[in-house]
Amino acid sequence: MTDQNSQFVPIPDRPAPATTVGPVAWIRDNLFGSVSSSLTTLLFLYLFFTYVPLFIDWAILSANWTGSDRSVCDANREGACWTFIGVRLEQILFGLYFGSNPDQVWRPVTVFIVFFALLIPLMMERTPYKKWLALTLLIPFPVLFYVLIHGGSFGIPVADTTQWGGFLLTFALAFVGILFALPLGILLALGRRSDMPVIRAICVTYIEFWRGTPLITILFMASVMLPLFFPAGVEFDKVVRAMIGITLFQSAYTAEAVRGGLSAIPKGQYEAAMALGLGYWRRTAFIILPQALKISIPSIVNTFIALFKDTSLVSIIGLLDLLNMAQTASRSLEWNGYDMEGYLFAGFIFWMFCYGMSRYSQNLERKLDTDRRH
Amino acid sequence: MTTDAPTASAELGETVINIDRLNKWYGQFHVLKDIDLNVKRGERIVICGPSGSGKSTLIRCINRLESHQEGTITVDGIELTEDTKHINDIRREVGMVFQHFNLFPHLTVLENCTLAPIWVRKTAKKEAEEIAMRYLERVKIPEQANKYPGQLSGGQQQRVAIARSLCMNPRVMLFDEPTSALDPEMIAEVLDVMVGLAEDGMTMLCVTHEMGFARKVANRVIFMDGGQIVEQNEPEAFFNNPQNERTQLFLSQILQH
Repeated sequence: MTDQNSQFVPIPDRPAPATTVGPVAWIRDNLFGSVSSSLTTLLFLYLFFTYVPLFIDWAILSANWTGSDRSVCDANREGACWTFIGVRLEQILFGLYFGSNPDQVWRPVTVFIVFFALLIPLMMERTPYKKWLALTLLIPFPVLFYVLIHGGSFGIPVADTTQWGGFLLTFALAFVGILFALPLGILLALGRRSDMPVIRAICVTYIEFWRGTPLITILFMASVMLPLFFPAGVEFDKVVRAMIGITLFQSAYTAEAVRGGLSAIPKGQYEAAMALGLGYWRRTAFIILPQALKISIPSIVNTFIALFKDTSLVSIIGLLDLLNMAQTASRSLEWNGYDMEGYLFAGFIFWMFCYGMSRYSQNLERKLDTDRRH
Repeated sequence: MTTDAPTASAELGETVINIDRLNKWYGQFHVLKDIDLNVKRGERIVICGPSGSGKSTLIRCINRLESHQEGTITVDGIELTEDTKHINDIRREVGMVFQHFNLFPHLTVLENCTLAPIWVRKTAKKEAEEIAMRYLERVKIPEQANKYPGQLSGGQQQRVAIARSLCMNPRVMLFDEPTSALDPEMIAEVLDVMVGLAEDGMTMLCVTHEMGFARKVANRVIFMDGGQIVEQNEPEAFFNNPQNERTQLFLSQILQH
């Protein structure tokens, strides 16, 4: 054997064999690792090179970008007619009022510039004073939105909610829905796990009722039935009714997403917080919710993305959101027949925002992951 | 059957915890039976016994992580009842260290230590941080203050958990199997901290199977089985001359290794 006082000498690390690392090894292992894997790779390449160039040609290379009426597009049917989108952009984004009053377009443009000026720094890692930015977005920004979009004060002409439409309406509905549904949903989720049976029963009933009813039904009810509950003459704004319906519906989903996070918190966390003498609300605010919300970020964002897209359902009560406004524009006399461009454009805007939310949630998850931070 | 509390109580102070005919049930299951226990200031008690004997449940009753059905528990002159205010008053004075550490993973080590002093004791943030650093030095990990619990070893986490409790300046410390979830190499560093605490006169109730620790620091060792206190004595007498058959069997099994 070894001598009695031998020292522990670590063997130095060696690099992995060259055939198992690098791009060639990766391609061999992942794309052509087996017969079925190779076939899948080839099939995918075939489909990709058959259809993607066709689409790119139609959508970009042969597309019509210029002009101010349909004559350009009618002359070249090989490519997409983005002229239509360009001419009707204000209408699709901001609705009929701003579409037909070009001198007022500065109002929604200002609102969105302010929105992105607040949002983009908020999403970046190293921005100082984030708390104040977020607070500005939550309180003064909606006021600014109302003052500028609705008008009626500071000499700004009124564009009441019946004239809101396009992306502007989609944005307003989703923003209000998210803003109010999140806190309401958190309270409902906490209530559902309460020790008090009455509170628990109220929350369960609420959640199950709204979750079990289709949004279309809720919008119908908000539009048709709500007025029946109020005395004649009390006129409820249609957009506000949709906002209330969406918020109530959305809060039930948010509550279930948050509940998933809450039930993942180990009992020991509650016990440690209790043992330190922290009462219910402090325990919840400092220990439980920060961890539960972190866990439920993916599902909460998932419900927000669903909500953002579901706002299109307001067409059922006669409101024209982004999708319906694009459709309306492409069915106008001047542009009849260019539906596909309208749908693609609306779809692209929806996708941009949903993908943005998704990416941001992934970022947030990574940032908050203190368990594996080294 | 049970011997009287050790006579060394001359150097010990007034009663801190008094438990009188405590009974507790989980549903129909009778977990704690007629427990009487009096803890004096500065006393260090080790509670041992087989799993399911009710030892953890007993110390968890002392800060009301478990509620009891019969009997009284008085901590620092306050009786534990349903009254939430009393419960929080007592929890403030009673520190607890858990088997699985239960650090708050989303907060740094320093934030773990200052949260309760700031929000429960209303200590100013700066002062709370100074106190926290003092206790982190005492458990010998001041350099980890700005890390997250997930970056520390088990032994380090448990030492942070001890520091977190100490920051509330508790009058009693409860330890619920503090070394049971640790790798062998880390048990010593945690026990060292606990021995240091004992030497400073902290009143401690410790559920543990570390018999070396019990011999070294305990004034009294309590053996529990089937929800009752079977035997209690000073460590020397307890280990060398156990009176009850059940205690003898238990000791023969754990001391073999």
